[in-house]
Amino acid sequence: MKLRTLTLGLLSASALAFAAHAESITIATVNNGDMVRMQKLTDDFTKANPDIQLNWVTLEENVLRERVTTDIATKGGQYDVMTIGTYEVPIWAKQSWLLPLDKLGDDYDVKDIIPAIAGGLSVDGKLYAAPFYGESSFVMYRKDLMEKAGLKMPDAPTWDFIKQAADKMTDRANGVNGVCLRGKAGWGENMAFLTAMSNSFGARWFDENWKPQFDQPEWKKTLQFYVDLMKADGPEGASSNGFNENLALFQQGKCGMWIDATVAASFVSDPKASKVADKVGYALAPDNGLGKRGNWLWAWSLAIPAGTQKADAAEKFVSWATSKHYAELVAAKEGWANVPPGTRSSLYANAEYQKAAPFAKMTLDSINAADPTHPTVKAVPYVGVQFVAIPEFQGLGTTVGQLFSAALAGQSSVDDALKQAQDAATAAMTEGGYIK
Amino acid sequence: MARAVTTQHKTIATAAAWIVALLIFFPILYTIITSFKSEQEAIQGFNLIPSGTTESYAEVQAQSGYFKFFLNSVILSVGSTLLAILIAVPAAWSMAFSPTKRTKDILMWMLSTKMMPAVAVLFPIYLIFRDSGLLDSRIGLTVMLMLINLPIVVWMLYTYFREIPGEILEAARMDGASLWNEIIYVLTPMAVPGIASTMLLNIILAWNEAFWTIRLTTTNAAPLTAFISSFSSPQGLFWAKLSAASTLAIAPILIMGWFSQKQLVRGLTFGAVK
Repeated sequence: MKLRTLTLGLLSASALAFAAHAESITIATVNNGDMVRMQKLTDDFTKANPDIQLNWVTLEENVLRERVTTDIATKGGQYDVMTIGTYEVPIWAKQSWLLPLDKLGDDYDVKDIIPAIAGGLSVDGKLYAAPFYGESSFVMYRKDLMEKAGLKMPDAPTWDFIKQAADKMTDRANGVNGVCLRGKAGWGENMAFLTAMSNSFGARWFDENWKPQFDQPEWKKTLQFYVDLMKADGPEGASSNGFNENLALFQQGKCGMWIDATVAASFVSDPKASKVADKVGYALAPDNGLGKRGNWLWAWSLAIPAGTQKADAAEKFVSWATSKHYAELVAAKEGWANVPPGTRSSLYANAEYQKAAPFAKMTLDSINAADPTHPTVKAVPYVGVQFVAIPEFQGLGTTVGQLFSAALAGQSSVDDALKQAQDAATAAMTEGGYIK
Repeated sequence: MARAVTTQHKTIATAAAWIVALLIFFPILYTIITSFKSEQEAIQGFNLIPSGTTESYAEVQAQSGYFKFFLNSVILSVGSTLLAILIAVPAAWSMAFSPTKRTKDILMWMLSTKMMPAVAVLFPIYLIFRDSGLLDSRIGLTVMLMLINLPIVVWMLYTYFREIPGEILEAARMDGASLWNEIIYVLTPMAVPGIASTMLLNIILAWNEAFWTIRLTTTNAAPLTAFISSFSSPQGLFWAKLSAASTLAIAPILIMGWFSQKQLVRGLTFGAVK
């Protein structure tokens, strides 16, 4: 008995000693399907790295952004790995808030990262965040309704075609709206869609000298087209619809077309959640023949803040979570359709993935059709397709989003909304010292 | 006749009270109803009858351990309340029984700190916490919650103490009671209902505090507010899961409030009618 107690004691003591030796890293993340799945699969990482413990902090997207910004700006050192988007990476990297990722390992194959995505996460040729999943936007449409309307969706439609199809597909009596688009105010909500759309109309937020451009005819055309289209063929109360609301409408068969994130494809084609799973077709985001399409580019990525004391362990984790090995792990445990999309070229060359995800090719084509370094028809001084990568954009984008959402709701005219947007942007740019 | 009018008034007043109570409680009720719906049901519009599925609770439990967050909520709310009472009783005593001409100003100044938006001091507080190694620590957050609720605690106790005749304390002093004995054996027993309701209210306030508890914690000290926050999703349906998480988070404080409602109401209306 004594011997048993002694052995148990020794074992516990050594376990404690081991635990004390183990380094723990804290990872801040958002709550979405791919991130939750990653948390479940971390055994694979901890088995290979028993000296590293993982602590997770999951927060709502806006809270996460605020928390992480506070921590990184004060070098609080609360997080060792943080989930951030393509908007933050160029701004934070320039402030020296992030560590460059140059020790991802020999078998990591950085060149395999889709160039458009890698470009958005690099500054001066150095990668500052590793993409966990990437997305663009495209058209999801009901093949049955399109056929009923006597039309055929081209692979690369124009805005005129979208308008024509939406008019024909709208069937108010049966609760079908020709098109569902974002209307909820926010820089990452309606302004993500409208900024990307404006690129295809030849508009831009600022000219080469940072002068706001909402007083130009291109913006007027964009916003007028959007408001008219939504009034004629959009759902009721569209000004409060964001990604999740439109997803629910589409899944319930209430939208003929929906132009939104490519990651939505896996939700609308899931027979368990979607009533129209077997009737969905995909096409590139529309254009106006000006050389730019109305699609965006976004990647939730893992970055390491400069304030961390555990950079090596953190980089090991980032490397694991964004590796080819991780994609294979997800495929083995949960099927190829659940592998985080939009980050690696090799995934799109994989025959099994193409079979499991019928939207794979269109997703890749959409991602490749976006260029964050040259997002607009006319030249601009900024990086970013559906955002402007400057710190002032979060506030300004949301203000303009509220004005445009009000125009959609009929609370103000398109002209008034644009005039107020021009004034707000001019004030923000003057305050920020971009213009005098 | 007069009696009939009174009865009629009473009925109307009761009905009005029920309507107001239902209106106030309805968001909580709807959260509980939504937690028993599937994600598809939850987003399909207004519906008071759920399918009764408990899948959201199972998912919430599987995704993050509830108990750790619950324990932190208990430690933080009870700890900060005890600490606040410890400081507030002597403070309220001195202001109630030995007032000076600046007492009113001090009370107003204390209350005015509650009028400032918390975010205005986020950076200074964050830096202080960082430099004293208090980020993500229960001790740091307990002190923080005590500080933000202290003005209310002092004010409430001050109001109760003012209702107690100063002569009783004087009599105790005449009998040779020390200051300590006067507060512990004379003042406190008389103010028990007031102190109890102040404590209950403070526990509720600390339990629901969602600005500092989310911003100053990561994993070790994170309470139930952080637990709820983690179920909002940028892409994908989450209303049912968020409702289940919210129900789990508010259930303990709701039950506590239910059992102590008499005490709470008595304390809150103490001295209201003189």
